Amino acid sequence: MKANVHFREVLNNGTGYYGLLALLGAIVLIGLGAAYFMEHNGHFVTGMNNEIVWGMPHVFAVFLIVAASGALNVASIGSVFGKSQYKPLAPLSGLLAIALLAGGLAVLVLDLGHPDRLIVAMTYYNFKSIFAWNVMLYTGFMAVVVVYLWMMMERKMNKYTKPAGFFAFIWRLALTTGTGSIFGFIVAREAYDAAIMAPMFVIMSFSFGLAAYILVLMASFKWTERELGDKILYRLKNLLGIFVGAVLYFVLAYHLTNLYAAEHHSVERFILLDGGIYTKLFWIGQILIGGLIPLAMLYHPTLGKSRAVIGWACALVILGGMAQMYVIIIGGQAFPLVLFPGMEVSSSFADGIVASYTPKLPEYLLGIGGVAIALLLVTIAVKVLRFLPESLADAIVDPHTASDAKGTAKKAA
Amino acid sequence: MAVMYNYVRSLILLAGMALLGLPLVAQSETPLPVIPEASSRFSAEQACVEPTEEMRKNHMNYILHQRDETMHKGIRTRQHSLEECINCHVPVEDKDGQPMRITNKDHFCSSCHTYAAVKVDCFQCHADRPVKTTAFHPLTSQASEKTAFHHSDAGETVSADTLEVLAEEGKLQ
Amino acid sequence: MTHKSEINSSRRQFLNGSAIAAGLAIAPGVMLHQVAQAKPADQAVTSDKRWGMLIDTNKCSKGCDACVRGCQTENGWGENETKSGPNQVAQWIRKVELRDTSTGFTKSLPLMCQHCEHPPCVDVCPTGASFKRADGIVLVDKHICIGCRYCMMACPYKARSFIHEDLQDQLPVAPRGKGTVESCTLCVHRVDKDGENAIPACAEACNAEGHEAFVFGDLKNPNSRISQELAKHGGTQIRADLGLNVGIRYRGI
Ligand code: SF4
Ligand code: SF4
Repeated sequence: MKANVHFREVLNNGTGYYGLLALLGAIVLIGLGAAYFMEHNGHFVTGMNNEIVWGMPHVFAVFLIVAASGALNVASIGSVFGKSQYKPLAPLSGLLAIALLAGGLAVLVLDLGHPDRLIVAMTYYNFKSIFAWNVMLYTGFMAVVVVYLWMMMERKMNKYTKPAGFFAFIWRLALTTGTGSIFGFIVAREAYDAAIMAPMFVIMSFSFGLAAYILVLMASFKWTERELGDKILYRLKNLLGIFVGAVLYFVLAYHLTNLYAAEHHSVERFILLDGGIYTKLFWIGQILIGGLIPLAMLYHPTLGKSRAVIGWACALVILGGMAQMYVIIIGGQAFPLVLFPGMEVSSSFADGIVASYTPKLPEYLLGIGGVAIALLLVTIAVKVLRFLPESLADAIVDPHTASDAKGTAKKAA
Repeated sequence: MAVMYNYVRSLILLAGMALLGLPLVAQSETPLPVIPEASSRFSAEQACVEPTEEMRKNHMNYILHQRDETMHKGIRTRQHSLEECINCHVPVEDKDGQPMRITNKDHFCSSCHTYAAVKVDCFQCHADRPVKTTAFHPLTSQASEKTAFHHSDAGETVSADTLEVLAEEGKLQ
Repeated sequence: MTHKSEINSSRRQFLNGSAIAAGLAIAPGVMLHQVAQAKPADQAVTSDKRWGMLIDTNKCSKGCDACVRGCQTENGWGENETKSGPNQVAQWIRKVELRDTSTGFTKSLPLMCQHCEHPPCVDVCPTGASFKRADGIVLVDKHICIGCRYCMMACPYKARSFIHEDLQDQLPVAPRGKGTVESCTLCVHRVDKDGENAIPACAEACNAEGHEAFVFGDLKNPNSRISQELAKHGGTQIRADLGLNVGIRYRGI
């Protein structure tokens, strides 16, 4: 069966490919320009301030990093859990993971007050800091996935694919747990003071990463005129449905446990009831657009089989995921710190009131630039190396059932 | 990407250096930087806090060492303190009577650093010229205005061996 | 002695200018006493001391912000940041007004970095730029701060500020610049100079107003005024539940 799956680099040299390349390149350049503008002038040109210290760039960056580790899932299912149907999907999965991580890290670094001190960040380590650990987790992740890809793509090394895949799987769990812990370790802010934060990030990564993966898979197959069978696509979309449901479940658990603890009632009230933009983003963005609607779309008996609907569902999951990041990162900071329980406080520095934050254009541009960096890397890589299978028609993916699936495969093509 | 960013930066830097280097190759006569006079001498025998040759080559090591000592251990000797470098070396500008800024190519630091094309990172946080202070006097509770160029001066706590030196010289009765 | 003189010969020359001034300052008896207590400039701080402050909120008056202005003048923050928005300008110390919702009882107090014994800002800082000195003062080493602002996320007291624009003519006692984070230093330059006799600028300004709400001193020395007052009247830590064992204590809240 393995012999049936061939990989081939992207061959078409049409204007489509180079147009895409140019478009992504331009967006990347705009993003870099925005970063330079912020660095050159200082952060006063952004909406970030001493209350909302992490803003829009961090929403993008954390989303990309979380999605990166989730994108590796497909490969893990193939080599760690031995589901052979997933194996042809693995190289793209590894590639997307690296690309998304690179995009996210670029945004994170370019938003620093001193991106020029990157060398300092790499030579001075405070081993107590979860942030420093993350720097190592991130760079290590890149290296591990590169090795994993090599084992997969070099026939002579194939026998090591399984252990390499296993190692990468463990590493990615550590990575997302680490990312979640960045927030979990902040004891002072009520919204983050929850042990469930880290596992919630792992589940979020499954969902966001898979949604990104399905979109990239569908787009790349369509644009390079390769055949993507229904079987594999439906399997992926059903998996996505499970993940989206799991995220909803974790969000529910998070808020319920918070409601149990009396001291967290006010922050819950803020997010769920009267937090203005954050409440709206939570219910409409995160729960409705990012959860219930895509769930209905994916599981609808007829609509759920349409490729357009599947694509839109993935896009909604990503949008909802961004909303969720915004609620967690920005909302968590906007809610006033409680210094004097039972007291009404006021000061010249916005004590006791909800901090206001209006992201400015350069922040969006930098964030979008990060997304473009990820997509640009994928676009270039699939042309230079053999990441994409020639075909994922049903007959090739799952030969045992090929005979009865032939009909659908033809239609899908 | 971060790596790429640095890579691109170093490429640009390299290109810049190559361009700067061109005239050096073209004319063998390169105008040496004009280094402004310091406003006082360290001692009769020695111009600066270490022999001048040593300072030209290794001033950054002294400053770096002092930086960590002061920052982390609270050691505040003045011999190698950046503040004293600035107080002594950044002369008054002729035109408006204001001391020069680092952006001025005749500023003590930039005169050489421009020539050697080495970026100075000190002055994002440290003042690039002697600073006037209007501060409360630390030892009295009334606010006594002290408007002068900030210098180590009266009220300074002196260390044990400085006291010894002073006693030797008969300045302490 | 000869040996010592040799070592000191260059330094003696350098100090010549200020030596006369120091000699003059030493003349009154008070000054000599002061010299005896302070840490010599060339000695490192040790953990024999832990600096702290006790703030009596009963003496702190509503609407008075002398301490805030005193700190600004001493350390030069807030005024030369012309481009930053209201919440982007540095705030090393701020006045907070409290009102008990059940009784209507009001209070006013200054709030700054609490110089935690277990500072969250130090724990999270990736480069070690946030650090605690041996004598308990929490500082930012701006030379290695990369401006990630994680410490600001972690501080429970909102005590830290990020610099949002280019600065010029910073004061020598408080270097500060774009892209780094800063906070109250407990007037570390004064503490290094005067030891037990140091008076942070906020306290000095408060005294000048006649309120005398601050007591600065060594928490480890049982005979210091701060330790004795704490022993007699006690003192509250803001958010004591976090277990940070802060160096700034309050009375009357
Ligand atoms: S009060 Fe905030 S800035 Fe100060 S030591 Fe504690 S955590 Fe750090
Ligand atoms: S902003 Fe600076 S001091 Fe604060 S955590 Fe980051 S590197 Fe450390």
